[in-house]
Amino acid sequence: MTDTALKRPALPAAALAPPPNGRLWRLPAWLMAGLVLLPVSVIVLSWGSAQTEVWQHLIATQLSRLLGNTLILVLGVGVWVMVLGVSLAWFTATCEFPGRRWLDWALMLPLAIPTYVVAFVALGLLGYSGPVQTLWRHWFGADAWFPDIRGAGGVVMVMTTVLYPYVYMLARAAFLAQGRGLMDASRLLGNGPWSSFLRVALPMARPAIVAGTALALMECLADFGAVSVLNYDTFTTAIYKSWFGFFNLQAAAQLASLLLLFVFAALYAEQRARGSGRIHQQPRRTRTAYQLTGWRGLLVSAYCTSVVVLAFVVPVLQLLVWVFETRATGLDSRYGALILRTFTLGGSAALITVAIAVLVAYGQRVSGRLGISTSVRLAGLGYALPGSVLAVGILLAFAYIDRQLINPLRLLLELPPAQILVGSVAALVLAYVIRFFSVAVGPVQAGLERIKPHFQEAAHTLGAGQWRVLRRIYLPLLAPGLLTALLLVLVDTMKEMPATLLLRPFGWDTLAVRVFELTSEGEWQRAALPALTLVLLSIPPVVIMVRRSRAV
Amino acid sequence: MIYRVGKILLVGAVVWLAAACSDKRSPPEGDTGQAATTLVTVYSARKEHLIKPMFDRYTANTGVEIRYITDKEGPLLARLEAEGETTPADMLITVDAGNLWQATERGVLRQVDSPALAANIPQHLRAADNTWFGLSVRARTIVYSTERVDPQQLSTYEDLTAEPWRGRLCLRTSKKVYNQSLVATMINTLGEEATEAVVAGWVANLATDPYSSDTKVMEAMAAGQCDVSIVNTYYFGRLKKENPQLPLALFWPNQDGRGVHINVSGAGITKHAKQPAAAVALLEWLSSAEAQGKFAELNQEYPANPAVAPSAEVASWGEFKADDVNVEAAGRLQAAAVKLMDRAQYR
Repeated sequence: MTDTALKRPALPAAALAPPPNGRLWRLPAWLMAGLVLLPVSVIVLSWGSAQTEVWQHLIATQLSRLLGNTLILVLGVGVWVMVLGVSLAWFTATCEFPGRRWLDWALMLPLAIPTYVVAFVALGLLGYSGPVQTLWRHWFGADAWFPDIRGAGGVVMVMTTVLYPYVYMLARAAFLAQGRGLMDASRLLGNGPWSSFLRVALPMARPAIVAGTALALMECLADFGAVSVLNYDTFTTAIYKSWFGFFNLQAAAQLASLLLLFVFAALYAEQRARGSGRIHQQPRRTRTAYQLTGWRGLLVSAYCTSVVVLAFVVPVLQLLVWVFETRATGLDSRYGALILRTFTLGGSAALITVAIAVLVAYGQRVSGRLGISTSVRLAGLGYALPGSVLAVGILLAFAYIDRQLINPLRLLLELPPAQILVGSVAALVLAYVIRFFSVAVGPVQAGLERIKPHFQEAAHTLGAGQWRVLRRIYLPLLAPGLLTALLLVLVDTMKEMPATLLLRPFGWDTLAVRVFELTSEGEWQRAALPALTLVLLSIPPVVIMVRRSRAV
Repeated sequence: MIYRVGKILLVGAVVWLAAACSDKRSPPEGDTGQAATTLVTVYSARKEHLIKPMFDRYTANTGVEIRYITDKEGPLLARLEAEGETTPADMLITVDAGNLWQATERGVLRQVDSPALAANIPQHLRAADNTWFGLSVRARTIVYSTERVDPQQLSTYEDLTAEPWRGRLCLRTSKKVYNQSLVATMINTLGEEATEAVVAGWVANLATDPYSSDTKVMEAMAAGQCDVSIVNTYYFGRLKKENPQLPLALFWPNQDGRGVHINVSGAGITKHAKQPAAAVALLEWLSSAEAQGKFAELNQEYPANPAVAPSAEVASWGEFKADDVNVEAAGRLQAAAVKLMDRAQYR
């Protein structure tokens, strides 16, 4: 099939004109946007009825405090994930120092621990009744001051330890792809190492860093687990209070749609600020690392190690202690099936989401658009909503389709009305795709932006069609970004809770469901077993991903 | 290489998904023919490890199969509403009377006229229109440090606002429905103004910001951060079981007045149940003397059926006079309670 394409005489003009089927390639983005807009429109439609009572109450009693808290959280987490993520990525991707080989992948592991688990471990260790403060009081007296982990600082710390891997992974892929060529050129032109880093490497990695930070901040804005464990009120608190306290789902949806609007505006502003300048990567395969020897190497090594210890080793050790204390209660014959289902759902969601992300991102590029168009931005909104709100939006949309489309069809075939979409595996996977599309599209797009368009033009000149260009040129060059995307979606899906709870078919319990069952009535010690399993399950994919991204 | 593997996996996934969709559950209610086993479907906000042992026993006794999903009350209720008459659910189990009242209010439950249920469950533990029935009872009561508090000093929930308790009180967050129900029943008895004064008094006496869970509160008490609090009995029981030496004890307040605040977990039959008769039979069994002891014991609660005695451990906490206001008040006044607590800056 592809051979015929090669034999076809190539017309030089065709390469310079907009590529064939350019408009058609915009379709994936709009289809995906449509899919995401299904639940989002349910949420936006909530404005149809005024919920003045709830609004007045919230404004009068707490909205300003909640917004202040949220702002502190977003600023704190934003700065810290960037500082940690970028510095760690730079060290592991471009330098050589003692322990780099294992730190390279170990630094990604905190991603596998759900935020609420880290929050609970932090509360257990650093809270008033925890070992650290108990020892503190023992040393310095009963009234010795100790910062409250439940304050803004504690919440920022907890969120940062879980969310920095988003920036780390994306920045790392970007730094790996840069090679050393431009850095060396900058040094030759008289720039010092710092100014070369700031003026060359960092701007080149900007799309990746921004994509990672955006993911971290969206997750932080939509989080309800960690903030409720630490009882730190943010904007999501108002959303859940409207829903579970006032049983006013409409007011909750209105609040959630404001959150969406904010995220949409922020992403748009960033895009504008970045401008249209593009830096494409040098396709250099050979990389020479900066050798950090002596105290420099040890210092970097100590820095990276301490991050891994604090963000991963300590929480995992605590989970292990709990598993041991509860003698692994709950480890029954159903556990194998639980793991299998968790992995199956995560794997299928990851593959489908990333496949769609590639089509969408590539389609954008082929259809002659630079940057992120409205459709892609819309398609990414699923991640900015609090999980439960999105899950209900999806449920309502699917239930509507069942009622209005599928059941009339069934009536025609003289079948009784039933649920086809709601409660099916397909619907659940679709929900994951809607939620995690932006997680997948970020790394893919960041990778794509670094690839020179010349390759494509050359391939077209040689007569290759769009599919062939995508398969033979883009996918291999994109490999680090693709693997990052696959891993992120896989891990995120495995720990996803609200949509899994609400949309899973009967019997399709996963590890995250088990964690929910035990934690919702405060049995954290018993929840340690499924939580730990979830973490262990994520380690092999992380290691594989890192190995592969180096090899390419 | 990678993308080729990815492509194969992707195709596999799509095929598998298509299969998963098409061969999905033939509707159980359809086949009435040969030896069909009855299948009851339950949506539950009560956790799996507290209901599954009951379901297993029922299936062993009767052969009736039970399938279920668990989730929070809010999403389950939204799902029932959205599904309407296509819902597969026959029964809704939830925790807290406020949530049960909401379910009735939304019209997702049906009236059940069952002499057995009427006999087993006292009037104040079920809906006036028999749309739901309490199945287990928990008290939300005062807990105190045996090291630093003389129980003689304790009397009522309201008294925790008094001067001697300044800086000695810990509370769980007002966002938890158990506190909302407590305050709602107080509004019902004391009126809104008096209740707001009480809640504001509690807040003024706090030793530290409210905690996210009863367990955390009690751990903080044991560590010396505060001396009194208000918790659900089963959390206390669970902690005591882990650590019998814990220097904490329960106190039953308001014994000369309205009594201790109690709440229920309970269940109702959905309006569009596909197996209403089988679901009612299950509910009747859950309320029966045979099942009540175990149902309550699984979570260290009190049986709702007065004919059944609580487990020895629960009984060891002593007898008390319970507030017999119909627990429905918790649902009716929940929104008012949330607002009141927000005004009093109880986080």
